Amino acid sequence: MTRHLVRAASLAAALTAWQLLTSLDVDLWLRFSQFPTVADVARAFGDRLGGDDYWTDLTDSLTRILTGFVLAAVLGVATGLTVARSRLAEDLLGPLLEVVRPIPAIALVPVAILLFPSNEQGIVFITCTAAYFPVLVSTRHAVRALTPVWEEAVRTMGGGRWRVLGSVVLPGALPGIFGGLSVGIGVSWICVISAEMISGQYGVGYRTWQDYTVVDYPGVFVGMVTIGVLGWLTSTAVERAGRWLTRWLPRTEYVATAHLRVPGARGRVLGPRARKAAAAAVPAGTTTPAHPEGVRDEHLV
Amino acid sequence: MSTSSETPAAVRGTRLSLVNASLGRPGAPALDSVDLDVAPGEILTVVGPSGCGKSTLLRTLAGLLPALAGTVAQDGSPLAGPAADRALVFQEDSLLPWRTLRANVELPLAIAGTARSERRRQAESWLARVGLAGRERQLPHRVSGGQRQRVQLARALAGAPRAVLMDEPFGALDAQTRAGMQDLLVEVLHGSGATVVFVTHDVDEALFLGDRVALLGAARPDGPDGAAGSGRLLAVREVPRPRERSASDDPARLALRREVLTSLGS
Repeated sequence: MTRHLVRAASLAAALTAWQLLTSLDVDLWLRFSQFPTVADVARAFGDRLGGDDYWTDLTDSLTRILTGFVLAAVLGVATGLTVARSRLAEDLLGPLLEVVRPIPAIALVPVAILLFPSNEQGIVFITCTAAYFPVLVSTRHAVRALTPVWEEAVRTMGGGRWRVLGSVVLPGALPGIFGGLSVGIGVSWICVISAEMISGQYGVGYRTWQDYTVVDYPGVFVGMVTIGVLGWLTSTAVERAGRWLTRWLPRTEYVATAHLRVPGARGRVLGPRARKAAAAAVPAGTTTPAHPEGVRDEHLV
Repeated sequence: MSTSSETPAAVRGTRLSLVNASLGRPGAPALDSVDLDVAPGEILTVVGPSGCGKSTLLRTLAGLLPALAGTVAQDGSPLAGPAADRALVFQEDSLLPWRTLRANVELPLAIAGTARSERRRQAESWLARVGLAGRERQLPHRVSGGQRQRVQLARALAGAPRAVLMDEPFGALDAQTRAGMQDLLVEVLHGSGATVVFVTHDVDEALFLGDRVALLGAARPDGPDGAAGSGRLLAVREVPRPRERSASDDPARLALRREVLTSLGS
């Protein structure tokens, strides 16, 4: 609860500073006199929210990024697995991938324009390429770092290639894959906005650039805030999905003494010693609803 | 192998044989010219100093490592890769950490195509047999090392293999836990009838569990093709009164113990 307060206070402080600097027209070395105030931006935001264009822009950008990102996730994981598991695939694809990888996705705009019949597809292509490489690289690393004994265990149970892939490689690599997906969704936003600025019709990036060319500065800030919020929401979604899918991972059991919590109150991060202490503090016969196995974890042969 | 009786030992066990077999990785042979025959239902323990090829022997029998030369066969037919019929229990933790204990034990059954409800029932019954009833839904990292080894044992046996290959399964456990695990193993294997090859570096464990004990040692450096680092099978001995705790001071057992210790020390 206190942490939420601290976070809210930090945001509020930044907004207050912005409002003060701009409304007082502070012109030191940085010039805030040209800057729209928070109130201006809020007013512009209110106007936009009432109009249709804002929502069209928003859904267009979201559609582009989600299409590109999902494609990149599927393709990146698939190529990462193949390259890590097959020497032939590594020899065939490795050099090509390594040469294409350093090219910034946004530099592929000319390629996209030449290749694709519509701008829309080009933007999705650029977004997809941006997210593809982080996902590919982290998948490849994660698969190569798997504990060999897991695979051997499944093979000695009679599991074939596909069983090993589905029961060991994919779940075992998930933590690493999600590292790549988190990076990927961030890069995707950068590229979808840039691509929209260059060649889009509708979309948050397109609108922001339009506002800039018609000197509508509050509008530019509305666009920036929108991008920020959307980016934050999508990365949180990826992060959440990752944590949920890899909830089997033993999380760090570090706990600062000041934050020692009692089991029952979301005591998920309790260290072993803290857990024991907390268990001792609970009167005998009381059940600890949230995490009973933590207390029962004695070393019983 | 008679097929007439109801005793599972006669039906379930399998014969494992190595004829003049060289084992190891290409370029790095670990064991030379091994001749060994493990009878159906027999428990063979394997002892030897570190690096003499004990694990190589097991991995070869499991089918993870092809023989470099000679024949390795199950019931007369040469091995072709790993199979559910020969379960391997590893020294290190080989449970899949994202699966609950029950889901880990269900895995060989799932691979064999057993229906979901049936494999759940069997997995739970196996977990109960190794003393882990009520912990089915826990993840491996939530239980102790000894408990994880019990789950590995349950998982190996759940697939109803005809041979169980165990690679120092209790090597990382403390003495007390280890004795408990040995008793559990004897109890669980009794009646399963599976052929067991059990690798250990603990002589007393080998003499307690095994019907016979195989001694591995380093090849003589002046031997004909005794490449450096490669080992060989020194001897196979019958164990008097196997699996009797009270037999540890039996004179015949003590004599064998001395022989084994001497061979290990040399």
